[in-house]
Amino acid sequence: MRVGIGLPNAVPGTDGATLLEWARRAETGPFTSLGVLDRMAYDSHEPLGTLAAAAAVTERVRLVTMVVIAPLRSTAVLAKQVATVDALSGGRLTLGLAVGARTEDYQAAGVPHADRGRRFDEQLAGLRDRWESGPGPEPAQPGGPEVLVGGSTDVAFARVARHAEGYVHGGGPPRAFARAADTARAAWADAGRPDRPALWGQSYFALGRDVAERARAYMLDYYAFTGPFAERIAEGLLTNPQQVASQVRGYAEAGCDELVLLPAVNDFEQVERLADVVAAL
Amino acid sequence: MKVLTLGGGPAGLYASLLLKRADPDIDITVLERNPPGATYGWGVVFSDRTLAEFREADLSTYEAITDSFVLWDAIDIRYRDELIRSAGHVFAGMSRRELLRILQERCRELGVQVRFEVEVQDLSRASEYELVIAADGVNSLARRTFETELGTRLSEGRARYIWFGTTRVLDSFTFIFRENEHGFFQTHAYPFRGETATWIVECHEDVWRRAGLDTASEQDSIAYCEKLFAEDLRGHRLMSNRSMWIPFVTVRNRRWRHGNVVLLGDAAHTAHFSIGSGTKLAMEDAISLARSVQRREGDLEAAMTDYELERRPVLERFQEAAEESRAYFETTSRYRHLEPMQFAFHLLTRSGRIDYDVLRLRDTRYVEDVDRWFAGGVSVAPPPALGALSLRGLELRNRVVASPVLPEDAEGGALGDGQAAALASAAAGGAGLVVSDLVAVSAHGRIGLGSTGLYSDNHLDRWRTVVAEAHRAGAAVGVRIGHAGRRGATRPRREGLDRPLGEEAWPLLAPSPVPFTARSQVPEDAMDRRDEVLEDFADVTRRAADAGVDLLLIDMSRGYLLGSFLSPLTNERPDRYGGPLEGRMRYPLEVLGAVREAWPEDRPLGVTLVADDWERGGLTADDGVAVARTLAEMGCDLIEPRAGQTTPRSRPRYGRGFLVPYADRIKNETGVATLAGGGITTMNQVNTIVAGARADLCITHGR
Repeated sequence: MRVGIGLPNAVPGTDGATLLEWARRAETGPFTSLGVLDRMAYDSHEPLGTLAAAAAVTERVRLVTMVVIAPLRSTAVLAKQVATVDALSGGRLTLGLAVGARTEDYQAAGVPHADRGRRFDEQLAGLRDRWESGPGPEPAQPGGPEVLVGGSTDVAFARVARHAEGYVHGGGPPRAFARAADTARAAWADAGRPDRPALWGQSYFALGRDVAERARAYMLDYYAFTGPFAERIAEGLLTNPQQVASQVRGYAEAGCDELVLLPAVNDFEQVERLADVVAAL
Repeated sequence: MKVLTLGGGPAGLYASLLLKRADPDIDITVLERNPPGATYGWGVVFSDRTLAEFREADLSTYEAITDSFVLWDAIDIRYRDELIRSAGHVFAGMSRRELLRILQERCRELGVQVRFEVEVQDLSRASEYELVIAADGVNSLARRTFETELGTRLSEGRARYIWFGTTRVLDSFTFIFRENEHGFFQTHAYPFRGETATWIVECHEDVWRRAGLDTASEQDSIAYCEKLFAEDLRGHRLMSNRSMWIPFVTVRNRRWRHGNVVLLGDAAHTAHFSIGSGTKLAMEDAISLARSVQRREGDLEAAMTDYELERRPVLERFQEAAEESRAYFETTSRYRHLEPMQFAFHLLTRSGRIDYDVLRLRDTRYVEDVDRWFAGGVSVAPPPALGALSLRGLELRNRVVASPVLPEDAEGGALGDGQAAALASAAAGGAGLVVSDLVAVSAHGRIGLGSTGLYSDNHLDRWRTVVAEAHRAGAAVGVRIGHAGRRGATRPRREGLDRPLGEEAWPLLAPSPVPFTARSQVPEDAMDRRDEVLEDFADVTRRAADAGVDLLLIDMSRGYLLGSFLSPLTNERPDRYGGPLEGRMRYPLEVLGAVREAWPEDRPLGVTLVADDWERGGLTADDGVAVARTLAEMGCDLIEPRAGQTTPRSRPRYGRGFLVPYADRIKNETGVATLAGGGITTMNQVNTIVAGARADLCITHGR
């Protein structure tokens, strides 16, 4: 299993310089990818813009959206942004897409929430058309980047099987990932897709006692909309090397292809601390 | 803070006392319409996990409860005068009256005001309180008042049931099934005090009417049930407590709160009594609400949201299992042909929460009895998944089927190297049967350029080799033959489904000129080539026989040609090949006839059948059973149910073994053998499915 690291693009107060330096440091680490999150109604940097910049200061790591809330953008705009980032990065983009979980993001974007599923279905088909025969630019990866679909409903798994190359999970203990992975594989086989879906996971980390409190506060804030579950999500934060090691092992055993560890604080030392742990696994 | 609790049942009393315990300054009044000591229903059941929660929430009530309950660990199933016992399940039961007494007592101790015999007429005074806890039961006034705002959905079961008590002493959770001239009845009985038991009688509403119980008095009902279960009651009487025959009502609410009113227990949700106790769920609600109020330090808005967010997903999962169980008990007569051993195993594993491995862990001896029975009485038996099966002249060494999705490397319909290798490795994996996915009956019947076929004699050799190799490995070989219909001429599926081929595309066939997706080609009328396609099917059948294929499955599913004839979503024909189900079945049945004729008499013939379109206006599970019955009557030996994919808009319901319920219904309602797929990954699942007579064969997938 490959291990990636997230950019702190959704940690409030992170500035542009920090994101770029974070990307540079991650490039030199044992990480295979750099992940970004997408929120509209939150203090966060736009994911594809962030990856475009990250592409310029890195050469090796893959760039992955975990995820982009697709229906917030028009298909044409999204197709062009994605093709642009893929071209700028020399074909290093992996595109995670989903409908997202928060109504506020739709309100903030001025996009109806009600119809999001149907529009997302249309987008998944439409993006490919544009990458293959649209006005350009041509993505560096022929036919466009690898597409992952996220979400936890049966419809999400059906979308993975119909349109995507893989599934991106929303986070949780390895057991939760394993259940979702089983469903993704079952949907895939049921649809008659050959091989198997790529399976991506994500977990939050904040290594060291010095950052524990800030990290926890961030998690509670970011996931406030989930009510009592914010506590539980915060408790799932990986705060020491042993927890990282057992999470990595648990995800690998569940069949995860790539686990992206997302930062809950934006201190640079986090990159080095995590690099030390991951390199030693 | 002022709190009003509607309903003095376990949920209301427990929530009130927990709130008061956490904050003695809260002013709480409980209003109950009945006098103290009055209660309907007899005993309640808790699991050990619930008890642990009680201990944490309030030690004093926990101790009083544990002082007065009885424990037991067996489930007895009495059917056709055989008694089958499965042990190792832990239950704790107590009298509902005693539970209420304990909770009332504790409320008094803590200073919660409980007022009895107060009938609340409306919620006009709700605004005088900061919080109104609506724990007023299944007919909750609060819920009825805000039905629209709460998004209430009520669904009534098709069975009727009645609560009795009895002095017949039981030491187990007991299910008893009895049949008389009116139909099939069941008793759910469990102890709640050393000397008394709850005794619930249930039957389908049609049976209930036939028996005249719809007009029977309470005494008549008692007499009827005492006679029916005379042998089981052993001279003991049934005791009534304003007992009435009622349908079970499943209550669901999209939201559990409106303004300052929050729903608890049965007011918010009900779960069929056969899976255990509404009381347990109600009291867990109470714990969650009290904890949320405490955690949010009086921010009631946030506390109610937390409570709902925490409990609703738990209840949704619980209700799903309860619905399985309710549906099972409404259709028990479907399984009455099963021998007691299999009948009992099916019952124990009905909701999916208990499976073969769990039962083996709890009671090894019981499961070894099941194994021995399944194997036909041998003294040391393999698990059911490894039992042999014969279908016509075919002997399968076990119940495990491998059906890999093949790579797309065929050329001109000839089996590709990757495809041959995938089938060979599946055969080497130990499965009794390997099934190849769609083998095209014609070049134009292919899904794409890489699809395999058997439409030319040139295709034969490669199939002969693959079949011979599988036979050497001990596996039989099956193939699904079919025509892709309007899902044909698409790009390789590794790039996604149903993307049209473009310039290399060929004309498509379908019952009606409607493209599969907005991007797909408009198909031509399949009936213009009716005989040609029939001949194609017959030719492929002869070649498959020639190649040594053991089992043939005609594909009538997934929106391919024959499947799209069956579904009203895709067959809009005004002629005799469309219209009602009978018309829509006509062409698929003609194909079945042609294939059966061309296929050797001693080899089994099956159908991969769309058993549910998973889409509004489409085929339902009932239609699936009806089609399967007709197919079975026409000589089909095996049905493999599939669901969805008739159009790209189907709403799938994945989950472990998601096709098993269809296999179960078709097998037990029509008697035809079934092959179940859909997310089966473990031997435990195969054992559970096969031993429970839900299917005869299972397609398993590796992880």
